[in-house]
Amino acid sequence: MVELRPGARFQSTVCATEVIVVKGTGPAELTCGGAPMAAAGSAERSGEPSADASEGTLLGKRYGDQDETIEVLCTKAGPGSLALGDVPLTVKVTKPLPASD
Amino acid sequence: MNLMMLLEMAVTAMGERVAVGPLDRGLSCDRLVGDAAALAGRLRASKAEHLVLCDEPGAVLPVSLFGAAWAGVPYVPINYRLADDDLRRLAERAAPALAVVNPSGAERLAGVDGLEIVERDALGEDPAGGAQPADLSDWPMDPDAAAVLLYTSGTSGPPKTALLRHRHLVSYVFGTVEFASAGPDEAHIMAVPPYHIASVAAQLSQVYSGRRIVPLPKFDPDSWIDLVQAQGVTHAMLVPTMLARIVDALDRRGEALESVRFVSYGGGKSHRAVVERALELFPTAGFSHAYGLTETSSTVCVMGPDDHRRWAASDDPDERARLSSTGRPLAGVEVSVRREDGTDAEPGTAGEIWVRGEQVAGEYAEGGSQLDADGWFCTRDSGHTDEAGYLWIHGRNDDLIIRGGENMSPGEIEDVLLTHPAVVDAAAFGVPSREWGEEVAVCIVARSPAPAVDDLCELVRTRLRSSRVPARVEFVDELPYNDTGKLLRRELRQRFAADPSGG
Repeated sequence: MVELRPGARFQSTVCATEVIVVKGTGPAELTCGGAPMAAAGSAERSGEPSADASEGTLLGKRYGDQDETIEVLCTKAGPGSLALGDVPLTVKVTKPLPASD
Repeated sequence: MNLMMLLEMAVTAMGERVAVGPLDRGLSCDRLVGDAAALAGRLRASKAEHLVLCDEPGAVLPVSLFGAAWAGVPYVPINYRLADDDLRRLAERAAPALAVVNPSGAERLAGVDGLEIVERDALGEDPAGGAQPADLSDWPMDPDAAAVLLYTSGTSGPPKTALLRHRHLVSYVFGTVEFASAGPDEAHIMAVPPYHIASVAAQLSQVYSGRRIVPLPKFDPDSWIDLVQAQGVTHAMLVPTMLARIVDALDRRGEALESVRFVSYGGGKSHRAVVERALELFPTAGFSHAYGLTETSSTVCVMGPDDHRRWAASDDPDERARLSSTGRPLAGVEVSVRREDGTDAEPGTAGEIWVRGEQVAGEYAEGGSQLDADGWFCTRDSGHTDEAGYLWIHGRNDDLIIRGGENMSPGEIEDVLLTHPAVVDAAAFGVPSREWGEEVAVCIVARSPAPAVDDLCELVRTRLRSSRVPARVEFVDELPYNDTGKLLRRELRQRFAADPSGG
């Protein structure tokens, strides 16, 4: 269980993936590669992503749940895939914003 | 959360792309990282607590911005157009500091205590200056560290130092820019001066999206048009006075700019006639009108290209009027318009504009955080929204005209005057009145033949109400703007107060 808040950073414990929380607050069962994620820089990486959670993460993509309770941004890519509890997070196809600068 | 996260992501995915400069000899993202690392090493080896930038737009900007972030010191761009004494005073405030300067800046800042001066060209040749470059993974991660200090323009008071922390700027970028979303042919012309928040936001947004920056060191409309054509520029950000001058120059040259896909404008009052003409002269471009403040990490409201097209084509006058709005809040930003007693104003009713969101810094180096207990920041701008949430800016609250206890927004009066076909530009402001406390005065820049004063007064009377009818109307050749396009009503007020007989 990790504590979500916008700006909080988490790392996978089984692959190179790192994410930053864009949306969502409170405790959450955030996993990557089937293993709980940890605060960035707080954990050593060991083991491998489990077979059913190894579709990988893509740099710069946003991942969220169906109910839009959380959104994380991948700041480092890795072979594990993200989930909230048992539910895989999916890439959010965001409507591109009109650039303002 | 640190600006370096943005650069690290960009270099991982797009290291070979040209980040800034011409396609054939610009600085690649890899080189930008190398130079920023070298500058960071130099900063760390020095006693500098700030990086002062005193230069025009150029490749030196992102090197300095990211180099400072890497070393953990704030980036402090200062206005090279200031008088020598003022410029030196700003540099003194930032000392001990490393100052990256243009050639004249080196002379003008020479001898400031605690200031180590490096000329832009010397920095380009040897950014490390003999120091050991910093390692890529070695940068501070404190989201609360100060990233950028900006001296606000002070149109309605003495300048203040706005303090933006890493988390504010990074939240802005994460909230508004899709990573690596730019096509390899896209290029952004950077003409706003470095000491404007739009320059900071533009650097971060382009690097993160992978769009090449084409800097224009000194703005004039013809150089701007020439550079757009020579470099195949696709994206532009302009303050309204720049846009107005470009539109005039394109008309004079009989040209339209077809490479441009996207124009955003903001940072001051824009005129509908200019925008409507610009839509024709940039036939393939989408337009965005942005509203934001230094203290809010730039844009908080935006009217995008779809809105522009839709409202420009509408026959409904209320919908068409949205062309002069600033659109709606960005995702993640809340806007509230409040009456003087603090309650929410109804749509259509003017009030003070408050904003809240992760990107809202609302802090000054001198006075600390100005956010209220719930995180809201008072912009000191007045405005109103409509039923659909579109926001109109009326002007600075300090510019409000208070006539017989009634608050009037100068912007509202100016908007009406500008609908007259012979009015090119207009400024409304308060002048002392024995009877009313203040009365409305207006300065008009008009086409020839000039409109009759009675016609202008009648226009205000019928469109607004009689209390807003100007007591004085003066025709002038031009209105005072500062160099980033903000109308200086305060100057007009002072000029008229000093000379009660006329301008």
